[in-house]
Amino acid sequence: MNEHMTLDTWKVGDTELASRFLLGTAGYPSPQVLCDAIAASGTQVVTVGLKRSLGAAGDNGFIGMIRDAVRAQGARLLPNTAGCRQAREAVQLAHMARELYDTAWIKLEVVGDEHTLQPDTFELVDAARQLVRDGFTVLPYCTDDLVTCRRLLDAGCPVLMPWAAPIGSGQGIVNPQALRTLRERLPDATLIIDAGIGAPSHAAQALEMGFDAVLLNSAVSQSGDPVTMAGAFRDAIRAGRAAHRAGVMASQSFAVPSTPVTGQPFILGA
Amino acid sequence: MTAPIDILLDGQVRCVAEGSSLQQLMDELGLQPADAGTAVNGQFVPRAARAEHHLQPGDSVLLFRAIVGG
Repeated sequence: MNEHMTLDTWKVGDTELASRFLLGTAGYPSPQVLCDAIAASGTQVVTVGLKRSLGAAGDNGFIGMIRDAVRAQGARLLPNTAGCRQAREAVQLAHMARELYDTAWIKLEVVGDEHTLQPDTFELVDAARQLVRDGFTVLPYCTDDLVTCRRLLDAGCPVLMPWAAPIGSGQGIVNPQALRTLRERLPDATLIIDAGIGAPSHAAQALEMGFDAVLLNSAVSQSGDPVTMAGAFRDAIRAGRAAHRAGVMASQSFAVPSTPVTGQPFILGA
Repeated sequence: MTAPIDILLDGQVRCVAEGSSLQQLMDELGLQPADAGTAVNGQFVPRAARAEHHLQPGDSVLLFRAIVGG
């Protein structure tokens, strides 16, 4: 591999990252499996959450092990505002996350529909503006709507995270045309595909399309073997990125012979 | 002797001494300062402000803890 192909980092704000795989931590069968999956993924960004606590059961050691795994790997935590329905709630939760996790990075989620968990774009933009003013590095989970994405960039978000499909659905990229348009219209924006990825091939497709990274959780944690699946996604993401950089050939509606023959090799029955 | 007051803690009624601070409530619950994030009436209260934040009757206190997430 030439040197040009090896120097392939990207940035969230001022932070330079090599891995293009952001991994969620929910739903793993045990803390050890999660830690092994984090190691196998090679991720440098791991998402976490917050929960109202008093009546809740303990976390069964997950958070302690996540912190250890992240430290060992030189990765960062990315807390989310899952469960928020209003900008005001999300802003308060983000402040709490900054204190609990000691990071100004926040995955901003403000959901507007219970069935699809589709982001409420109005509340999302409002919350993003406030949090950027408050010094956060805001990574908003958003739809593929171009104008909303522009508003989020205008608000000061260094990265956008449009969905591939509804959270946890595993459907892959359901609207490639919208995402292609987003990529074309926002060529300088850092775009992470978040939510709906179900298989490594979906992640590879996102990278081939020119997206900068992918964030996923259930596709790994719900696998029968999360550690192996984390490695499969790592490899698929690398492959997709390499393919994008190399240049994927244009598809055509007709056949083009790949072997440079002239005419027919044998003329039988002549 | 101060009179007790009722507050809501994570949605449940709880009796605390009048004039209690948020930090004293955390102490009563056996929580270390870094164990939870705190909000009173929907407003985040930073760790450093808990000792000076005195609870009022009917205040709604929410505690948040770190958990796994996607």
